[in-house]
Amino acid sequence: MTTASAETVVAPAPARAAVGTATVRRRQGLQHGGWFVAPFLALFALFVVWPLLRGLWLSLTDANISGDDANFVGLDNYREALGDDLMWDSLGHSAWFTLLVVPCITVLAFGLAMLAHHIERGKWLWRLCFFLPFLLPSTVAGNLWQWLFNPGTGMVNHVFGIETPWLSDTSYAMLAVVICTLWWTVGFSFLLYLAALQGIPAHLYEAAKLDGANAWHRMVHITLPMLRNITGLVIALQILASLQVFDQAVVMMDFGPGPEDSTRTFVQFTLEEGFTAYRVGYASAISIIFFVLIAAVALGRMWLLRNREEGGR
Amino acid sequence: MTTAAAPIRTKPRRSWTPSQIVLTLLGTAVAVVIVSPLAWALFTSLKSETEAVEVPPHWLPEDWTGQAWSAMFETGNITNWFVNSLVVSVCVTTVVLLVSALAGYGFARTEFRGKAALMGVVMAGLMISPAVLGVPLFTTVQQMGMVETYWGLILPQCAPAAMVYILYKFFQGIPRELEEAAFIDGAGRWRVFFTVILPLSRPSLAAVGIFTFISSWNNFLWPYMVTNNPDLMTMPNGIATVMNSYGIQWAQLMAGGLMAGLPLIIVFVFFQRQIVAGVAHTGLAGQ
Repeated sequence: MTTASAETVVAPAPARAAVGTATVRRRQGLQHGGWFVAPFLALFALFVVWPLLRGLWLSLTDANISGDDANFVGLDNYREALGDDLMWDSLGHSAWFTLLVVPCITVLAFGLAMLAHHIERGKWLWRLCFFLPFLLPSTVAGNLWQWLFNPGTGMVNHVFGIETPWLSDTSYAMLAVVICTLWWTVGFSFLLYLAALQGIPAHLYEAAKLDGANAWHRMVHITLPMLRNITGLVIALQILASLQVFDQAVVMMDFGPGPEDSTRTFVQFTLEEGFTAYRVGYASAISIIFFVLIAAVALGRMWLLRNREEGGR
Repeated sequence: MTTAAAPIRTKPRRSWTPSQIVLTLLGTAVAVVIVSPLAWALFTSLKSETEAVEVPPHWLPEDWTGQAWSAMFETGNITNWFVNSLVVSVCVTTVVLLVSALAGYGFARTEFRGKAALMGVVMAGLMISPAVLGVPLFTTVQQMGMVETYWGLILPQCAPAAMVYILYKFFQGIPRELEEAAFIDGAGRWRVFFTVILPLSRPSLAAVGIFTFISSWNNFLWPYMVTNNPDLMTMPNGIATVMNSYGIQWAQLMAGGLMAGLPLIIVFVFFQRQIVAGVAHTGLAGQ
């Protein structure tokens, strides 16, 4: 976009060649540029933009699942949603889940990546072991941990010699979902960290060694600063994914909302309103609220990044 | 010379320094913790249903039996689900690769009216997923008459703004001189794209392809919304709904779960170096 045109204008090189190729590029681009993006845009318009617009419209109506006889109700759905304890509870559960998962995942993924990066033998084996759970479907991870947390027949209580009612007690249910999620998704962030570690130039460490820096100093003064960007990415991706938690929680709780509704997530609440209560208009309004929330998080991150860049200069 | 070179090459590989021993022990402990739930699933799947629910539980089966596996294949729709998953994931991956490579290149290197605005819209699309807009997406697909069809399963997964963005970032990094040489030789946009750009992008395309395949194979939420028909379900979907519905048979459920994970595990074992390289190429571009 802007960078492309700036390059074209600024390109210092032999002037005539630059002008020549720029015209060629411009002509080629004008002829075909639109066609390159057309197939994607068609799908994007149908399955992303249109549902969003449709959701906006439906959120102003009292539509049911069949879509017939929708009446315009103005902002009633939004007004109802903001006063709906169930919505705030489920939003609270998703937020609490996110708050528990994100720091743990970030620290664990970093630790695992450091291990896999620094152990010299059998690198492929560590990589495989640490990434393995992420290759299972979320629902399978959910079932597996439901089985492991089962009070009588499950392994967790047996191994630790405890009798914790993991899935039926409000103080443990969300924790159980968090543990399952950590186990299942840490591999993805681990892989991002591992790739970033491999990208740190070796000469930085060699120079530090020559200056007499020990392993701890090398980690604090080279590794951590070099991983700052990837840490930002890991945290952002994890926040966005965690707010949208649904699969494993719902499977672990037999498709219910958990003990005393303590694990009903925001996504689950939306689907219940839409597909169980058939209140498509209301569910759309909640979805739009959720979208605004997600967008705020994403924009907040962009704003942070920009601020940091400007501060760095 | 040779004596100096040899230790440099072999030393980092073979030495068991104290720190290496500590790290390896730590790594082994962590790996055991991470892998043991999977081992538990495997052992459970090799028990009889009655042995699987014995209290207290024990790790290894007393009677090793493939009963759960054969029962799963005989009674359930698991082969159907497997085929459905394969069809859906292969179609989604193919379409996503094609469409997002074209679009990524279009945004990175061609000019057309309204490009900046469109790019902004696509970026906004990064925040939209079936989890966020499930209900309106469902009614849209319903309106198109695609509920309970392969089309309905596949197409809504085919517009991932994230993949376009990743490839857009990657294409931006390819030196323009490579293209311009080809233009001067008289090649057009399309030829340059297919003969210059695509061959250079193999690692990135592989990463995008593999991650699209993983997320499509493992996708639960969308198939869960769009189909109730056991003949049309995908693996995660069928296992989570049908196998969970009438009194869970744990040995069978674990067998099904392992079978759902197996294809991806095989893919990862064979391509792990490319995957890490691809993440380095593309995942980091996400910033």
